[in-house]
Amino acid sequence: MLTPGDCPRVSMRSITKAYPGVLANDNVDLDIRVGEIHALLGENGAGKSTLAKVLYGLLQPDAGELHWLGKRLTLSNPLQARKIGISMVFQHFSLFESLTVMENIALGVAAPANDTLRRRINEVSAHYGLLIDPDRDVFSLGVGERQRIEIVRCLLQEPKLLIMDEPTSVLTPQEVDDLFVTLKRLAREGVSILYISHKLDEIRQLCDAATVLRGGKKVATAIPRQESAASLAALMIGEDVQPATRLSDTVSGSPVFALNDLSVLGGSHQALSLQGLNLTVHAGEIVGIAGVAGNGQDELLSVIAGELRVYPESMIWLKGEMIAHWSAGQRRRYGLCSVPEERLGHAAVPTMTLSENTLLTGFHRQPLCAAGLVARTRCKQAAQRIIESFSVQCDGPASLATSLSGGNLQKFVVGREMLQSPDVLVVSQPTWGVDAGAAAAIHKALQNMVKAGAAVLIVSQDLDELMALSNRIGALCAGRLSSFYPTQDVNAQQVGQLMGGQSTLDGVA
Amino acid sequence: MIRLQRRAHASVWMGYLAPVVALFLTVFAGFVLFALLGIPVVDAFNAYFIDPIRDVYGLAELGVKAAPLIMIAATLSLGFRAGVWNIGAEGQLILGGICGGAVALAFYDVDTAFLLPLMCLAGVVGGMAWAAIPALLRTLFNANEILTSLMLTYVAALLLSFLVHGPMRDPDGFNFPESRLFHDAATLPSVLPGTRLHIGAPIAIFIALVAWLVLSRTLLGFALRVNGEAPKAARHAGFGQRSLIWFSLLFTGAVAGLAGLFEVAGPIGQLNPVISPGYGFTAIIVAFLGRLHPVGVIFAGLIMALSYLGGETAQITLNMPLAVTGVFQGMLLFFLLAADVLIHYRIVLGKEGARA
Repeated sequence: MLTPGDCPRVSMRSITKAYPGVLANDNVDLDIRVGEIHALLGENGAGKSTLAKVLYGLLQPDAGELHWLGKRLTLSNPLQARKIGISMVFQHFSLFESLTVMENIALGVAAPANDTLRRRINEVSAHYGLLIDPDRDVFSLGVGERQRIEIVRCLLQEPKLLIMDEPTSVLTPQEVDDLFVTLKRLAREGVSILYISHKLDEIRQLCDAATVLRGGKKVATAIPRQESAASLAALMIGEDVQPATRLSDTVSGSPVFALNDLSVLGGSHQALSLQGLNLTVHAGEIVGIAGVAGNGQDELLSVIAGELRVYPESMIWLKGEMIAHWSAGQRRRYGLCSVPEERLGHAAVPTMTLSENTLLTGFHRQPLCAAGLVARTRCKQAAQRIIESFSVQCDGPASLATSLSGGNLQKFVVGREMLQSPDVLVVSQPTWGVDAGAAAAIHKALQNMVKAGAAVLIVSQDLDELMALSNRIGALCAGRLSSFYPTQDVNAQQVGQLMGGQSTLDGVA
Repeated sequence: MIRLQRRAHASVWMGYLAPVVALFLTVFAGFVLFALLGIPVVDAFNAYFIDPIRDVYGLAELGVKAAPLIMIAATLSLGFRAGVWNIGAEGQLILGGICGGAVALAFYDVDTAFLLPLMCLAGVVGGMAWAAIPALLRTLFNANEILTSLMLTYVAALLLSFLVHGPMRDPDGFNFPESRLFHDAATLPSVLPGTRLHIGAPIAIFIALVAWLVLSRTLLGFALRVNGEAPKAARHAGFGQRSLIWFSLLFTGAVAGLAGLFEVAGPIGQLNPVISPGYGFTAIIVAFLGRLHPVGVIFAGLIMALSYLGGETAQITLNMPLAVTGVFQGMLLFFLLAADVLIHYRIVLGKEGARA
């Protein structure tokens, strides 16, 4: 029984929300107390944003109830939510660049842009340490300043509950610190804050409580300060993954692929850059890069694949050549194949057939073209070979990529690159979404490749898989790579520390 | 209650049927319009669809009007498939006309078989040069080619106007804003005696077939389609986005320029302020009506050409304003876009929630 004093500011009960084909929230409970900073934690696609949008009235749940200070509440739109004191700062700002700060705020709070408003803005910004100048034009402001406008706009409405969707994904460390000071002051004044993030250190630093979502379900509640980054990561990623086949440690050969002080500068709107990455991969070994998504994996994959070319060319090496300035095609022809994280739209074209998707990356290393003309029969045969070798469930090479289930498309995409027998294969999440049997098949194929002398680099959030497959393992966190350790010398807990941002492990050689 | 229900998969046959549906709706709406204006529907139908193509001369005129539409629309289709939105084919056409026409005027009275090929070359180069501007701006500064190519169309039209009012004006032309009539060696011969049908018609069919071949059989065409469907996948596969943008714009520019040259050296025979009744813009409708398929574009081009001819006949026999052509073309595009909803949705009768 809850006494009135314990009554949470808001509680969500058994919230269920389905989109076509995916259950975004499955029976989720969430309680936020008065003056509490509550973390909503989960991987990309775990259902965090959906839950927040339900709370803000943007989405109507299919089932479940909302309670506000113990009373039943229905929200059919954000206007109602704002009226009772729920505000939200979105990941993507909605500001008019050509207007001034004050004009933007005036639009948001439906008040005239006059001296009264200017005074209120100045009061709020001074009180919470949110430095903004009401008369600056928005286009001249940086990302951190723009976020402060959004926050001030919310605070002018004197919210009781502030929802922040991944607020730090665009901020510099200094700006993050400033934001945290503001949020803590708000909480002291009794404002409840729902803080959505997958950045574990921030949550441990800032939040009083955490609700962890995985695959749309609430899997745990925790007190972040009493948890380690590793244990939070374990909650997010889940430990119920099938135990993959343990690799016998192979003898590794000569270095075939290396990152040499690889740095990528992020533009002002780019979330993350890569900073001084060093890594050598030898023939005959599997190297695993662990890490929670959003820590630079996408950038790393695109730099390695050649979608983003960087200088100086010495930052990436392949079989004794400097290749950082090479095109994607050149890299493939010289023996580097890769699988990006996103299957549909990046690794494969949804509206095209499997034959055509075989051609997509296959023509560099296989004779699928002659004199600029597509050899359609050969594409079909190559697609058929992938389908058979990796038992892809589909209606044959003519089926559209979008008609395949996620796991089957995954098998197809990974199989497509493996059958090109590259010298180096870089693959993101090799068994994401596939069933245990297919995962085992992909693992076995990867191992066979390595036995035949290829090198494999796996970038994954699936720690168990990495522990089972990799000969050496390290982690990517906030755009930096940790040191790499032989997998038999470390345990999952220790890799979790690396995922949380530690660059070396004490007591491990 | 009529409502729309999302289909699980895009309907393939609706993709082909939608243009036909749109065509019927356009004709129907057109006749409602005529009936409201008090014109007998039968007369309007005859004037619009039968009279213009009753004889060989009429059919030849259809070819004259369809040729530039088909040429331009076929190449536009390639670009649109690749996600390169060149809206300025009209301007590229005008520049082709200006450059080709300038050659004709420069070699006025020179009678050589090399003159026409030289004019064609100049037309192609002119169109390409005009298309190169948006390509450069897009690849260098990421400037939206929709805006730049469209705005350049108006620049081209004003440039043409300036030239025919000034430097290129016929010295013996009583100050009319027109150039001299091109010499015989600088005009396209008729391919069908007694008509104005010129070499452009067979060339248009040829270009449409080449475009179809490129799109469906070559790696380049594949790269264009991938870039349009999934730009990230194109980058991953190593297809250079910049070169695809350059190719799409230059190819359309070249063909639009050639079409412009064919206009001035064919039916018009001189440079005047209005060398195109909006072929470059209408070709956009043709491209979509033909489902961005170069062969579909041939049929769509003939239909749109008929709308030009029908508009002229309606003007002559029924005293309709010429604007009726634009109304028809606009309605066709409107209905086509509306009918495209049926590709992704089906019409369901009955109340929400009711299931068969």
